[in-house]
Amino acid sequence: MLKNRIIPCLDVKNGRVVKGINFIDLKDAGDPVEQAKIYSDGGADEICFLDITASNENRDTIYNVVEKTSKRCFVPLTVGGGVRSVADINKLLNCGADKVSINTAAVENSKVISDSSKKFGSQCIVVAIDAKKNGDKWEVFTHGGRNNSGIDALEYAKQMEENGAGELLVTSMDRDGTQVGYDIDLMSKISSKVNIPVIASGGVGNLDHLVDGIKLGKASAVLAASIFHYGKHSVKEAKEYLDSKGIPVRI
Amino acid sequence: MNVTIVDYNSGNISSVINSFKEVAKDKVNIEVTSDLNKIKSSDKIVLPGQGSFKNCVDALNSIDGLSDTLNELVINDKKPLLGICVGLQMFADIGYEETETKGLGWISGKVSKIDNQNGKFKLPHIGWNQINIVKDSKIFKDIENNSHMYFVHSYEFIPEDKKVISATTDYSSNIVCSVEKENIFGMQFHPEKSDMMGLKIISNFINL
Repeated sequence: MLKNRIIPCLDVKNGRVVKGINFIDLKDAGDPVEQAKIYSDGGADEICFLDITASNENRDTIYNVVEKTSKRCFVPLTVGGGVRSVADINKLLNCGADKVSINTAAVENSKVISDSSKKFGSQCIVVAIDAKKNGDKWEVFTHGGRNNSGIDALEYAKQMEENGAGELLVTSMDRDGTQVGYDIDLMSKISSKVNIPVIASGGVGNLDHLVDGIKLGKASAVLAASIFHYGKHSVKEAKEYLDSKGIPVRI
Repeated sequence: MNVTIVDYNSGNISSVINSFKEVAKDKVNIEVTSDLNKIKSSDKIVLPGQGSFKNCVDALNSIDGLSDTLNELVINDKKPLLGICVGLQMFADIGYEETETKGLGWISGKVSKIDNQNGKFKLPHIGWNQINIVKDSKIFKDIENNSHMYFVHSYEFIPEDKKVISATTDYSSNIVCSVEKENIFGMQFHPEKSDMMGLKIISNFINL
């Protein structure tokens, strides 16, 4: 039976973890490689890096991080943030990323998705959708949530599937950072609309939210950042909790 | 010993390289190449493959003499070969992804889209699934039955002779996820991404 996945996400800026696990025995708490290793040893089903480096001159730092991580972690590694072109995707894959998540570039030019999925296979192309509720629909935002494209998120999800995305990483901007839970309505509507797996993101504050994301939101995988940082919950605890609620997980 | 990972522009192979190097340490030489002479001098061969069946076959055929060399090593010389993902699928006579494409024909059978029961199951089949080992095989030495492996695929290999099947996995149907025919081994899942259990399989292959 296919298991639901738990994916811890690390925000990386200039090659350093911004929010991270606050373990006292860490040699270097800001080192993304070490943190990724802790997650994969703890049973994370995949690891996600979100590169939030703002300046262009420091953008190469992520390649170095990916290269080092992929030599130490043997679970799938997804990297997103600032991916603009097929060449960027190629470079990340060559450094050892298994999947690349694309946000703004997919909205601005969907050809990036169709070209890259043809070239590398859809298994490594994740389209990240940042959606915000407006009335009775959701709109797609770009540039780290700063710009509203006005595009309907459900229609867009379907279009990205047709363009060759292998998975969708759906973040509710209304919920992101609030710790009140995923936007279940958004997740389940998108998941029902498309035939590719949906990864739910944005808003996790406790382990029940992960359960809801899968049971009610129909997500194949749940991504979370802050609940795994600062030692609030371990991935192992999360898996045991999901298991106790009847959700199939890899233990 | 030399283990060659065949680099024929079949997509992203860095994880395959990293995992083999991790397992090999300094004891085994891991070569990543499309150079026919180097491939000929290797003791074991790894055939990765990502993307579509057609893309991989086209990429293999675009390197002059590569498929002949592989045929010679695998069919005549009986060198152990491990196919991963589309690398396994290419063992088939024929694949139906994008368009009908001829495979290597090493193990009779076809590669077709997974029947997802009219959308009841998501495709690709992505994530960790348990393998049901149906054949006593050296490649699964110290691997417990029902171990989790990482999958990502929408197409499945359906061999004619069911005796070649060494493991299956349950998704929308019972999917063949590992085959073995004499010196030819294939995994539909990704041992290079399946954490410690996957590395163990790689180590078993190196130690065959």
